[in-house]
Amino acid sequence: MEIIRVENLKKYFPVQKSFLEVLFSKELQFIRAVDGVSFGIEEGETLSLVGESGCGKTTVGRLLVGLEEPTDGKIFFKGEDITGLKGEEKRRIHRHLQVIFQDPYASLNPKMKIGDHLVDPLQIHGIASNNEAKKIAIEMLERVGLVPAEQFYNRLPYQLSGGQRQRVAIARAMVLRPEFVVADEPVSMIDVSLRAAILNLLLSFKDEYRLSMLFITHDLSVARLVGDRIAVMYLGKIVEIGDVKEVIHHPKHPYTAALLSAVPSFDKKNLGIEIIGDVANPRNPPPGCRYNTRCPFARPDCREAVPELKGTSNHMVACHYELDISI
Amino acid sequence: MTETSGTTKKPLKPPANILLRIHNLSTHYFSRRGVLKAVDRVSMDLKKEEFVGIVGESGCGKSTLAFSIMRLILPPGEIVDGEIIFNGKNLLKLSEEEMRRVRGKEIGMIFQDPMTSLDPLEKIGDQIVETIQMHENIGKKEALEKAMELLESVGLSGDRVNYYPHQLSGGQRQRIMIALAIALNPNLLIADEPTTALDVIVQEKIMEILKKMTREGRSVILITHDFSLAAEKSDKIVIMYAGWIVEMGESKKLVNEPLHPYTRGLINSVPDVWIDRDIRPMPGFPPDLISPPEGCRFHPRCPQAMEKCRIKEPPVVEVDSRMVKCWLYG
Amino acid sequence: MELKNLATRIYRPIIPEVEGRNMVLAGLVIVTIVILMAIFADLIAPYDPTKFAGKPLSPPSLNNPMGTDNLGRDILSRVIHGSRVVLLVVFAASMVSMSIGVPIGLISGFFGGKLDRAISMIMDSMYAFPSLILAIAIAAVLGPSVLNAVVAISVVYVPTYFRMIRGQTLSLKSRLFVEAARAAGAGNFRIMRKYIFPNLVTTVIVVFSLSVADAILTEAGLSFLGFIVTAPTPDWGFDLSSGRPYLPSGYWWMITFPGFMVMLLALGFALIGEGLSELYAPRRER
Repeated sequence: MEIIRVENLKKYFPVQKSFLEVLFSKELQFIRAVDGVSFGIEEGETLSLVGESGCGKTTVGRLLVGLEEPTDGKIFFKGEDITGLKGEEKRRIHRHLQVIFQDPYASLNPKMKIGDHLVDPLQIHGIASNNEAKKIAIEMLERVGLVPAEQFYNRLPYQLSGGQRQRVAIARAMVLRPEFVVADEPVSMIDVSLRAAILNLLLSFKDEYRLSMLFITHDLSVARLVGDRIAVMYLGKIVEIGDVKEVIHHPKHPYTAALLSAVPSFDKKNLGIEIIGDVANPRNPPPGCRYNTRCPFARPDCREAVPELKGTSNHMVACHYELDISI
Repeated sequence: MTETSGTTKKPLKPPANILLRIHNLSTHYFSRRGVLKAVDRVSMDLKKEEFVGIVGESGCGKSTLAFSIMRLILPPGEIVDGEIIFNGKNLLKLSEEEMRRVRGKEIGMIFQDPMTSLDPLEKIGDQIVETIQMHENIGKKEALEKAMELLESVGLSGDRVNYYPHQLSGGQRQRIMIALAIALNPNLLIADEPTTALDVIVQEKIMEILKKMTREGRSVILITHDFSLAAEKSDKIVIMYAGWIVEMGESKKLVNEPLHPYTRGLINSVPDVWIDRDIRPMPGFPPDLISPPEGCRFHPRCPQAMEKCRIKEPPVVEVDSRMVKCWLYG
Repeated sequence: MELKNLATRIYRPIIPEVEGRNMVLAGLVIVTIVILMAIFADLIAPYDPTKFAGKPLSPPSLNNPMGTDNLGRDILSRVIHGSRVVLLVVFAASMVSMSIGVPIGLISGFFGGKLDRAISMIMDSMYAFPSLILAIAIAAVLGPSVLNAVVAISVVYVPTYFRMIRGQTLSLKSRLFVEAARAAGAGNFRIMRKYIFPNLVTTVIVVFSLSVADAILTEAGLSFLGFIVTAPTPDWGFDLSSGRPYLPSGYWWMITFPGFMVMLLALGFALIGEGLSELYAPRRER
């Protein structure tokens, strides 16, 4: 069953203008952070969403958990249209769509006990009363490896390390037994040697809860480890999406190939695919295919028409001239 | 296989092709709780035109080592022992005035966050010119020309001299940092996590520039927590743990046949984009450097720890032209 | 002294709280002494502050350590009893200001919008007035009495609490842990209660200390002008004004001691406030 379906999702942010700009131009400019994104996630499946900073991947995650309202497009949860829900209805649905943030130092309330971070969601959704909730919280703390759980329950965030705080963040997301979780760069701010433990913890929940996940990351190695499928974003659009091994070993989009060439690896592969210049300004994306200004294969018609995502259900790409390579 | 005791005994005068020799260096931080041995009797050599990657988790001492070479350790930290022989002279014996001349002119350093090292109110060109004129006696016009050349050498167009830092992206700013660092043509470039805050494509480009430095006659020390990044570009890799160098050697060999259990653990805990495999996290946490474990500092986390490891500090052993500090080989 | 400075400079990087903590301690000592003075005034004061206790206008002596005023009353006893009025007025007023300013600041900052803009405008206009002038204006309208002084001073400091709390609320409401609470399903009031308010408490305490310090000076000013107490009740500001005509003739002790007490008590609260704000402010560099 398809747990999440996103159709033509858009999020435009009005741009802060400088003083001179306000004086001399009337028109409103927008940053098209997410500009027509569509995908689906099956039950128990993890979609890795990759891209460089500014591509819109974090915004997609925030839209899915209701922290931002879409400018356009629809979001479906188990077939039900949940776009633009508010109030009690929104709360009811979003109980099943949880999030784990990137920054373990900012996502916990500095004045709230660790245990209370887990108890609060339980009370909000009326799942358990005080004592019940406390028991569930302690079990969850043990489950994420924060033992002795009783001690951790009473501690404050500042007493925990970054890795421990991230475990709390995971516990908080999981305590409601959600069906879908957005993990936004959950290990980027964790020391490299401790990442494996956190990733394995997440994967263990994926198995135990039959979780569907949107795993946002800029690290392709982690994307491969965690994802069943992968979607590559550039300047607000998905340029390639498909089965993770398929996309990595047979990238069709020049940007995907460029990313793969650049990823640090013990087994570095030089695909010989260059990328020109720096990321374009999201305020004024290039006409036609947004990637054309940096693409070594760009041809004149790349500037004219925006390519659509097309291909098989296993592997789709938005490019006028797809690559045909095997790694 | 030759064995020596806890510290390596080497003759003080290094051969001609060794640019930097660190011998028995110790840097400690003195705090209320006690003495933190951030760098503990570290010895290593750096050849001319060699690219060395120093890898380790946060708190292992790699940054402290870099700052020690530059003698930029501030109280409560202090270099307490050892020698740093660079270009024939012992840096630790120089006066502050002499050391200031070494910094920038003979050793350049790049840090993680370019924004804090650049003056937001000055144009890029002016900042480079300032640096050049501090050490060399040339006119402003000449210096500006040199600045433009430097920018080109790091892949930026020369007209960027008129830009302000905030007008450039993170990757561009980091390139400017490199330009500043090589402005006076130093023999050694130390880069402390230069690409951690950058995206992967930009990172690749910056790393390429650093690699190019060795082809232009310089040596580079790259400090990073990203093992695969170091492995890709370095000629030699140094693995640090809790203030010690636990393994050191030619990078391909080190990665394919790691000797130290920590090295092996690191390799196994990192996912790779091309290979399908489960990652195995390393158990435990990095130790408290004020009261580290007895014997081998890694023993609480080591899957191959023996009785000896809990009691005595392991020796530094040479294995197959590599170096490892472990009882498995001593 | 040199040695102490040197020691501080060496240890400062390791123990940056040294200054903040000392300030708070010093302030607490001062304030506690004055509070005890007020509570046990009847026991401590050597004479009845409203009755004759010695030859009028006599300088400080063994009998009257702070001298006597123009009616022969012991100034030391008046100073001790004076603390009661000061503390009563200032505490009562500050409590009222806080109870009004904090909730309004929190709600206004949290919800924003037109209501917030309107309230901010009103508060900013009030804040623009120097506290003493505003207090005088209100007290003049209401008439001189202790109760009216409390009302006047409360009004004067509401904008101070409002601004600080609103500012903190604005910065807190966009923090990640608040978003995390939203994502977990928390509604507005729950967020304000459990996520924002607990993080405001330290700010409230600091603002409280500092505005009490300011309020003490405002109270002294109002009292000086006769808006609070009438003779023969002792109050520091009032005594200052009664003693003033005698200064040119060389009778300094009637002004100096009450004046000093005003300064001391204000200093005490200021030290607490500044010390706390240094302790809580992230001054430490990594």
